[in-house]
Amino acid sequence: MKDKIMDSLREFGLPRLIITGFLVLLLIMAPFVGADLPTQISNIINRFSWNGILVLAMVPMVHSGCGLNFGLPLGIISGLLGATISIEMGFTGGMSFVVAILVATPFALVFGALYGWLLNKIKGGEMMIATYVGFSSVSLMCMMWLVLPYHSPNMVWGLAGKGLRTTISLEGYFDQALASIARIEIGNISIPTGTLIFFAILAFAIWAFLHTKTGTAMTAVGSNPVFAKAAGINVDRIRMLSVVMSTWLAAIGILVYEQGFGFIQLYMAPFYMALPAVSAILIGGASVNKASIMNVIVGTILFQGIVTMTPTVMNNMIHMDMSEVIRIIASMGMILFALTRKTEASR
Amino acid sequence: MNDKKKINLRQASVPIMFIIICIFCIPLSGLSPKMLINEIITRMGRNAFLILSLLIPIMAGMGLNFGMTLGAMAAEIALILVCDWQIVGVPGMVLAAIISVPISVLLGIFCGKILNRAKGREMITSYIMAFFINGIYQIVVLYLMGKVIPIKHSSIKLPRGYGIRNTVSLLSMRQKLDNMLAINVAGVKIPLLTFIIIAIMCLVIVWFRRTKLGQDMRAVGQDMEVARDAGINVERTRIISIVISTVLAGFGMIIYLQNMGNIATYTAHSQIGMFCIAALLVGGASVDKASIGNVFLGVVLFHTMFIVAPRAGAYITGDSMIGEYFRVFVSYAVITVALIMYETNKRKAKSAASMKLKEAQDEE
Repeated sequence: MKDKIMDSLREFGLPRLIITGFLVLLLIMAPFVGADLPTQISNIINRFSWNGILVLAMVPMVHSGCGLNFGLPLGIISGLLGATISIEMGFTGGMSFVVAILVATPFALVFGALYGWLLNKIKGGEMMIATYVGFSSVSLMCMMWLVLPYHSPNMVWGLAGKGLRTTISLEGYFDQALASIARIEIGNISIPTGTLIFFAILAFAIWAFLHTKTGTAMTAVGSNPVFAKAAGINVDRIRMLSVVMSTWLAAIGILVYEQGFGFIQLYMAPFYMALPAVSAILIGGASVNKASIMNVIVGTILFQGIVTMTPTVMNNMIHMDMSEVIRIIASMGMILFALTRKTEASR
Repeated sequence: MNDKKKINLRQASVPIMFIIICIFCIPLSGLSPKMLINEIITRMGRNAFLILSLLIPIMAGMGLNFGMTLGAMAAEIALILVCDWQIVGVPGMVLAAIISVPISVLLGIFCGKILNRAKGREMITSYIMAFFINGIYQIVVLYLMGKVIPIKHSSIKLPRGYGIRNTVSLLSMRQKLDNMLAINVAGVKIPLLTFIIIAIMCLVIVWFRRTKLGQDMRAVGQDMEVARDAGINVERTRIISIVISTVLAGFGMIIYLQNMGNIATYTAHSQIGMFCIAALLVGGASVDKASIGNVFLGVVLFHTMFIVAPRAGAYITGDSMIGEYFRVFVSYAVITVALIMYETNKRKAKSAASMKLKEAQDEE
């Protein structure tokens, strides 16, 4: 009996236990230190709605055995291209969001296909190379944002008349495009129903996909590529498909993030965006080669909970803003833990 | 034989590409040769030692040690303390080096133990490790220093009474090592003592390769299972290689910072790993093979590019930011390409080995 408890504890993982415990503690402490709980909960829900799809983008690649998608910035760039081109084309309001998705899609498909082709060449070393593919693409785009012929006065530097600004306000464009749909307001709590429904649709689509024939094949490729090959599955094609899906989800994810946040952030902003998403899904219970939709939901809530709760609660409690440090240690510790698990390392 | 030539050509391709970039950019940058050489010599003295610290983990088959940042952080903590104790000049640097050793060793052992649990994915793990320890470093420097660790002088403390300022001036140590024994050749300042230290380090590395431990490391790097069968304690050897690398990176960081003259407390170490690794790879090294020659060729080529690219970019496009972004892009692209080449070669070697095995079995 004792062994069983220890086993399940080990399975759950000490870091995950600490992080969950920490969040529960924060929630309990919040009212005592004078933080307004409904506001906090509303914040968590909002931030969940912004980040959910970015975390969801991890799932296909983990399933096909490509590991954690540290190359998320590549998909994010497709999304950014979609957003900026949509504004450049003069669309406003909710329409600009739809156009942004439509424009981002071909970019994501092309980038994803190239990225998938590359990852098929280097099986076994995906994660490190994915990280650096993300970095190089972000730094390449830094030059592109300056050079590409954008002219919309709301996006370029006022004086020079060219080169995109580092942050672009989405007011008048797709700011709150999803969140304002059927928004529910109860006292201090405001729920962005539209964004949540959008997330639910995509999450359900991924869940359903994983239960189709191709989806099952994907899981098979991830858990045992040799067996999958013997069963007549085209391993490379399935892996490629999963990478394209991940990249596309990342593109959509950043657009949803932006509509909630209200700004487009360019240049070096996408640089480290993969790390929070990676640690979120790991905190939710995923491992390097296993992830479910439930992991995404739980992980995003836990991670965003810590991000939003620590500054207020800690500030009120010890008058010291340690939130940034706690966030770094918690998220990086979680990734380290996942990377060192023996079962996956021997794969 | 032909195969060997092919590999050599492949390895030479990155340096050749950089030579072309440099030849193209130098005239456009409008820098006089004297200024350019001066800059390159300075940067060589500043960075060479740091890059040397990468060689030993490569030898032990652990890839590029992104965890060298750990040593850099240890050195920064040591320098901040020495700065507060107001021990100036070269003695201060030596003391900082001595203080950094136990911190580096502890961090190195921790890092090595973690990497042993993540065999086959050392690089990504050491990369994340650098971030993780950066969090711990921030706790120490931002919250503990001045509260738990006594810091006397308010000039390096934040106004709130604890934590260290964003920049700590190292005026008392600034280029003390470089200026000692510096000679001037036709207007080019050569920091002789720094170069002597770097040369000694090179000799130590050459000697180390021949020792029992060095041979063990190479065996582990070749094949862990074979090494284990040969009675080598693989785990211990790997930890030692990371510890040595971390300690050396700490020394390298002290040399680097005395040349810069101040510590950017929270950012100085964050990019150092990336730039050192990029420089080493530009010199023609790969993930599993690097020599001292690669280090020096890499420093010269990478930093020439670094100096001239922004100016050349400004000249061509009229926008100085493009050159800035270009050199960042090149650093990342070089690392990406090197990693891809390494992984594809590894796969090729693997499939070649299995083909041979199959042939041998068929013959039977």
